[in-house]
Amino acid sequence: MKETIIVRRVPDRRQPAKGISWTLMKKSKYYYLMFAIPLLYFLTFDYIPMFGILIAFKDYSVFDGILGSEWVGLAYFQEFLSDPYFYKILRNTLLIGLYQIAFAFPAPIVLALLLNELRYEKFKRFVQTVSYMPHFLSTVVVCGILVNFLSYDGLVNQALGFFGIENIHFLMIPEWFRTIYIGSGIWQGIGWGSIIYLAALTAIDPQLYDAAKIDGANRWKQMRHVTLPGIAPTIVIMLLFSIGAIMSVSFEKVLLLQNGANFDTSDIISTYVYRRGLVSTDFSYATAVGLFNSVVALFFLTIGNYISRKVSETSLW
Amino acid sequence: MRSVKTDDAGSKLFDLANIALMLALVFVTFYPIYYIFIVSVSDGNAVMRGEVAFWPIKMNWSTYSLLFEDPSILRSYANTIVYTVVGTTINVVCTAMCAYPLSKPHFYGRGFFTLLIVITMFFSGGLIPSYLLVQKLGLLNTMWALVLPGAISVWNMIIMRTFFQGIPNELYESAEMDGANELVSLIRITLPLSKAIMATMGLFYAVGHWNSFFGAMIYLDDKDKFPLQIILRNMVVLGEMSGQTQEIGGIYSAVTATNIKYAVIIVAVVPILLVYPFIQKYFVKGVMIGSLKG
Repeated sequence: MKETIIVRRVPDRRQPAKGISWTLMKKSKYYYLMFAIPLLYFLTFDYIPMFGILIAFKDYSVFDGILGSEWVGLAYFQEFLSDPYFYKILRNTLLIGLYQIAFAFPAPIVLALLLNELRYEKFKRFVQTVSYMPHFLSTVVVCGILVNFLSYDGLVNQALGFFGIENIHFLMIPEWFRTIYIGSGIWQGIGWGSIIYLAALTAIDPQLYDAAKIDGANRWKQMRHVTLPGIAPTIVIMLLFSIGAIMSVSFEKVLLLQNGANFDTSDIISTYVYRRGLVSTDFSYATAVGLFNSVVALFFLTIGNYISRKVSETSLW
Repeated sequence: MRSVKTDDAGSKLFDLANIALMLALVFVTFYPIYYIFIVSVSDGNAVMRGEVAFWPIKMNWSTYSLLFEDPSILRSYANTIVYTVVGTTINVVCTAMCAYPLSKPHFYGRGFFTLLIVITMFFSGGLIPSYLLVQKLGLLNTMWALVLPGAISVWNMIIMRTFFQGIPNELYESAEMDGANELVSLIRITLPLSKAIMATMGLFYAVGHWNSFFGAMIYLDDKDKFPLQIILRNMVVLGEMSGQTQEIGGIYSAVTATNIKYAVIIVAVVPILLVYPFIQKYFVKGVMIGSLKG
C-alpha cells in the first residue's frame, strides 16, 4: 500500500535544527529553572551511587575514598562465585522469584475475571474495596501478623487444632518459608493487582459479547474467546514486568521473616548483601554481590522484553 | 435483559459459587485485621485461653491507655508524623517540578532528560553505594536521610506528567494571548486544575513514608528519632517490649504481651485505613494512567 501513495516532502518548520539550538534553549528558560532541582536530585541520589559501583572493583577503604582506593579487578566477583554459599542464595532468590510468577502472578487475573462476572455492582464494589486494603499495610505490620498468627500457639495453629491437626512451627521449618512468603504476598497484592486487569476489561467492546451470544457462546466460552484475548496485551506487559523483577524479591519482608531456623531457604542475595555490607562492613564485597544481582536482573528484563516483542509486539523499549 | 441462554442451571451454579468465593475472599482479607482489633480490646487471660474468635471478651481499652503512657511509643508516633509531613511535602513539590517541564512539548531537551530519568527505573547503584553516599553527605542519623533519597518516584512522576499533558493546550494558548508568561499560566491554570492529582500523589507518598521501615533501620541510630515502624518491628516481630510496657503485670493485670502487640498494630494502621477509602477512586485512575499509557 505504502508505495502507491506519493508523498511530497514539505520541510517541517517545527522540526528543530540538528545540534544545540540556543534560541530554543532560551525559550525554555523557565522550564530549566524549574527542572534544576529534580535534575540535581537524580544526579545526586541515582547517578552518584551508580558511579559508586566502582568500589566493587576496588579494595575500598574509608580513608582513601572511592577514587583513592586500590583497583583489585574482579577479585571480589571471583570470591563470590567460587563460594559454595553462592549457589544456595542464588537458588533461593531464583526460586522465590519463579514461584512468584507461577502462583502470585495469575492470582489478580483470576480475581479480575471473577469480579467481572459478578452481576451486582454494589457487591462488586464492596469486594474490591475490601480486597485493596492489605496493600496499604506496611511490610512490618504484615510480617508482624504472620509471625504472631503462625507461631506455635497462634491463631492458625488454634484453627488447625480444631480440625485435629497438630501444632506446626511454621516459621521454624525451612520447607514452609516459600509458601508463607508467596501466600502472604498473594493476600496482600491480589486486590491491588486486579485493578489494572479490571481497567483492561472495561475497554473490551460490548458488541463482541453480543456477537458471541448470538453464536451460542455460554459464559465460559465468552470468557475464553472474548474476555481473555481482550486483556491479553495487559497480561503480557505485566508478565514482562514480573520476569524483570525476578531478582528483586522483597528484601524487607524476607529480612523480617528470617530467623536462624529457616535460613536454609530464606537467605537471599539481598539479605546477604545487607549482612556482609552493612553489618560486617565488607563494602566492596557486598557491592560486588549487589552488582551481580542487578546484572542478572537486567538480563531477565531484557529477555522478557525480547520475548514479549516477538510474541505480542508490545515491549518496554 | 439477559438472554435465556446465559441463565441456565450451570450459569446459576457458577454465580453462586462465585459469590461464595468472593465472600470467602472478603473474610480472609478482613478477618485478620478484625481479629487483631478484638484481641487488643479483650481480656488478656481470655485471649491466652484461646476464647477470642469473633467477639471481644470483657471489652476494655486498658491496653491502649497503657500504650499511650509509654513515652517511646508516643515519641515514635510523633516522629512518624513529622517524617511523613516533611517527606510528603518534598515529594509532591519535587515531583511536580519534574513532571511539569517534561509535560511540555516546547521543553528543549525533553527526550534526553526523560531518558536520563527512566534509566534510573531499571538500574541503580544498589544498597552499599547509596548508603555510602548518605554517609558522605553527612545525613546519617538525621531526618534528611529518610526524606531526601527517594524524593521523586519516577512512576508517580510519569502519572503526574500524563495528567498535565491532558490539560487542553487551548487554555494555555488563550492565557498566552492575554499576556501570561509560563509562571503565571502555571499558577493560574495548571495548579488549580491539578488539585486532584496533587492530593492523590500526596497520599501515595504519605502512605509510603508512614509505612517505611528500612531507611530508618539502616540510617538511624538514635532511639529518640525512631519512627513507629521500628518500634513496631521491635515489639511485634522481635517480641521486645519497651521499658514501660514491660511492667504489664502491674496495674493492668489482665493485659498481656499479645494485647500490647496487637494494640500497636491497630494504632499503626488506623490512620491508613481511615484515609484509603476516600482516595480509592483516584488511585484506581492513577494506576490506570500509569500502567496503560506509561
